Amino acid sequence: VVQLNDFPYLSVLTVAPLVGAVVVALLPRRAPELAKRVALIWSLGVLVLAGVTWAAFNADGDRLQLRESYSWIPRWGINVTFATDGIALVMLALIALLVPLVILASWHDAEKPGIKRSVPAFFALILALECTMIGVFAAADVFLFYVFFEVMLVPMYFLIGSYGGARRQYAAVKFFLYSLVGGLFMLAALVGLWVAGGQTLDWQALTQADLSTGTERWLFLGFFLAFAIKAPFFPFHTWLPDAGGAAPAGIAALLVGLLDKVATFGILRYSLPLFPDASRWFAPAALTLAVIGIIYAALLAVGQNDLKRLVAYTSIAHFGFIGVGIFAFTTQAGTGAVLYMVNHGLATGLLFVVVGMFVARRGSALISDFGGAGKLVPLLAGVLLFAGLASLSMPGMAPFISEFLVLAGTFTENRPVAVIATLGIILAAAYVLWMIQRTTHGPLNPTLQSVDGMRRDLTIRERVVVAPMIALIVLFGFYPKPLTDVINPAVEATLADLEPVTTEAQP
Amino acid sequence: VTDFTLPDIDYAAIAPLLVLFGVACAGVLVEAFLPRRLRHPVQLWLALLGVLAALVAVVVRAGAEDIVTAGGSVTVDGPALFMQGALLVFGLVALLLIGERRVGVGAFVAQAAIPVGSMADRRQANAPGATEVFPLTMFSLGGMALFITASDLLVMFIALEVLSLPLYLMCALARRQRLISQEAAVKYFLLGAYASGFFLFGVVLAYGFAGSVDFAAIHTAVDESTMNPALLYVGLALIVMGLLFKAAAAPFHVWTPDVYQGSPTPITAFMAACTKVAAFGGLLRVTYVAFEQLADDWLPVLGVIAVLTMLVGAVMAVTQTDIKRLLAYSWIANAGYVLVGVLAVGRAGASTTMFYLVAYGFAVLGAFAVISLVRDQDGEAPHLSRWAGLGRSSPVVAGVFTLVMLALAGIPLTGGFTAKFAVFGAALEAGETWLVIAGVISSVIIAFPYLRVVVMMWLSEPTDATARMVSPGVLTGAALGVGAFATIALGVVPGPVLDLAHDAALFLR
Repeated sequence: VVQLNDFPYLSVLTVAPLVGAVVVALLPRRAPELAKRVALIWSLGVLVLAGVTWAAFNADGDRLQLRESYSWIPRWGINVTFATDGIALVMLALIALLVPLVILASWHDAEKPGIKRSVPAFFALILALECTMIGVFAAADVFLFYVFFEVMLVPMYFLIGSYGGARRQYAAVKFFLYSLVGGLFMLAALVGLWVAGGQTLDWQALTQADLSTGTERWLFLGFFLAFAIKAPFFPFHTWLPDAGGAAPAGIAALLVGLLDKVATFGILRYSLPLFPDASRWFAPAALTLAVIGIIYAALLAVGQNDLKRLVAYTSIAHFGFIGVGIFAFTTQAGTGAVLYMVNHGLATGLLFVVVGMFVARRGSALISDFGGAGKLVPLLAGVLLFAGLASLSMPGMAPFISEFLVLAGTFTENRPVAVIATLGIILAAAYVLWMIQRTTHGPLNPTLQSVDGMRRDLTIRERVVVAPMIALIVLFGFYPKPLTDVINPAVEATLADLEPVTTEAQP
Repeated sequence: VTDFTLPDIDYAAIAPLLVLFGVACAGVLVEAFLPRRLRHPVQLWLALLGVLAALVAVVVRAGAEDIVTAGGSVTVDGPALFMQGALLVFGLVALLLIGERRVGVGAFVAQAAIPVGSMADRRQANAPGATEVFPLTMFSLGGMALFITASDLLVMFIALEVLSLPLYLMCALARRQRLISQEAAVKYFLLGAYASGFFLFGVVLAYGFAGSVDFAAIHTAVDESTMNPALLYVGLALIVMGLLFKAAAAPFHVWTPDVYQGSPTPITAFMAACTKVAAFGGLLRVTYVAFEQLADDWLPVLGVIAVLTMLVGAVMAVTQTDIKRLLAYSWIANAGYVLVGVLAVGRAGASTTMFYLVAYGFAVLGAFAVISLVRDQDGEAPHLSRWAGLGRSSPVVAGVFTLVMLALAGIPLTGGFTAKFAVFGAALEAGETWLVIAGVISSVIIAFPYLRVVVMMWLSEPTDATARMVSPGVLTGAALGVGAFATIALGVVPGPVLDLAHDAALFLR
């Protein structure tokens, strides 16, 4: 009899989407509708599982909970260990929530005219991606984390490369190569950590390891490089606009909203606690990169004429904010950064999904191909406005709280960084509002009327997609407590890992 | 004149060698006495059962006490048995590919001696292929198995010739593109002959220094001999050069792409998997057993060679448009990674090197099985542009090739990743950080060509030039399955093989 309190929540949560992926992949190619339905129902099942997992987590309990460990490669002391803290938990919930919405939003994305691609394979790949994403957040062994971190590339590569738009091959290869380069440097650091840490890669054991200053800095650099490419931080960001621009909108939402969060999560879970001295030593450099990213990406976003690339650039700016929040080393900013990860997933996910709806209707992602679209599809334009306002951190919406926490938490510690980052808010208003103005407002672009799709406003399926995201953005805008309750202890514990050495250094 | 006395021979210990050579000789008799139509099935079954019997002999022997037998010329110890086992498994899989006749008409020409382009050559275009290839394979395999266990330099040299000479011939047996095949054989033979010459000269010098060709005696002599140490160093350098030629380490690698491209694909597969095991098995034994005390001297030199090999292989692979040449450069780069394992020295070095060889062998066997299936009416179509969109028409076989590419690129959950982690970990532990850094850089570079193949198969649209993927026969299908299964198994549950390699990694001196 399985006791409910030692039910293997996390491994079941990880494996469940994979089983679904296999099931969907085995469905006949000629039954696309069946594949879609099975995938959707399966992902909803995973959502329920995630809800159960959330309920089993005790916000006031230990830092890492729901721990399970199985021996994997005994010779190297490597185990399959799953465990979650508050930070990972909210990300797991976000994954489980966004995947069914994206499946629903991408209902027709695999059936592009002229391209004969397998529909079941598309949805199977999404579920496989979900498995790797859940695994990467649920892992509590650095080796296991690395395995998921790398394997994650494969389904995403095929999703972009096979089902994307123009230049999808170029974008997919660029995405894969950038990530692989980062991953291989992380592999070197991983091997180094394994040797230096006494032949173990268990997270808990490694936090106790005593590393020399030089070793710690090199290892930090290896991990940071991988994360900076993944996030991406300036100047490793050039793959994201290409990948985000070429991927189907729903996949882009997963890429930017969830997959790239692995990087900021990795910094919080692995870089800071395992290399505390090096983290503090590198913090000014990391903050500088983050701030440059905020301003630089925002400026580029202002100049974009491609909706999807524009959203991708805004994300780079947002990742700059998250980076600032992490490396400010205050509880407020840290909590803000984690909250930002969730809110950004919702807001930018929504933005990508809505942009995808526009693109699907118009058959083009260029802003200049729209103009006055609000007159034709008022509801859809309204949702775009909402998503835009959310992503520029309008008060009353969830992203506002996280951005405020990050800036307020940074201001006390590092005034110049906070001040420059605040400029990013102004630029955010510029690129979002200008984009909305050129797309949905102003005089109606005459060519739009001749496009059939543009005469169809939000369908029921699309309403079902956007409604939960809008509701959550508003809910967390006024009442973020359910999130902060689980995030706060984890952030405090992370910062505590950084602390003790500081006090020893200054007796 | 002293009486010639027969040395003590432990027949049980050398049973695998006896079986292999026995079957090879029987194969020659089959060629001579059996009617043509019976030869292929008889030869195939004889070879398969022979290798299987040898494998059983190895497995039975596992765990028994290490011994030196046959007058001190053969050492049967852990590494010898482990690598013999690997060799025989790879040999078995390669034999499946060699025996395949359902794909095309088979990879081998009926009579290699007929001049290319002559009337007779045109007549034999679709004649059943030569069955001499089976005894040749068995001789070569026997030579490799002996090479790994040889514990004196002369026996090693004999084994080197026994494994090489059949290979030179086998390279020339391609049914299609026979001129390229013959050119490959001549190149391989000429350069191989030079390498053998170097090796033999090295043996002479080492004998001059130590007064013996026996590894254990050389080991003692390194400390005690009063001869000029220049003999020793030059001898060691020449011996290692001969071995590195077979292993295709830079700068002794130039023959590899041509030979890979020209040889019949099953033979390329056989060389890629088996010769590599033999070459590194020999290198391990020579450096770890005979010249161990000189580690401080050969480590930096071999280190430079390893770095050079990894980088040359990776950089050259980027520009290749022929899949067989691409894999040849990949083979060179991988030789560099194996060398990193060798340079970790000691038990960790030996065990990770052996694990790497196993992981690489399975992956590459799978790869060549796929290559033999991509064809048009003129035979195989190894040019990359002809692989466009193959994933669309044959997702399973293309999937296997993708798996192999991902394994070679070092993506986790494949044997390639575990192997890389193993050798890099061992090297770091031994303090060879620079080798690991060079290894990572070359891995980054070589990821690009691997990825390009994947792009071709899955993301490109099929064109008129796209070749056809013929359905694998039972034999090729089995080879394909073994390669794919082992690659995944070594990535997902590498524990047992890692343990086996670790337990077997102690050399007997």
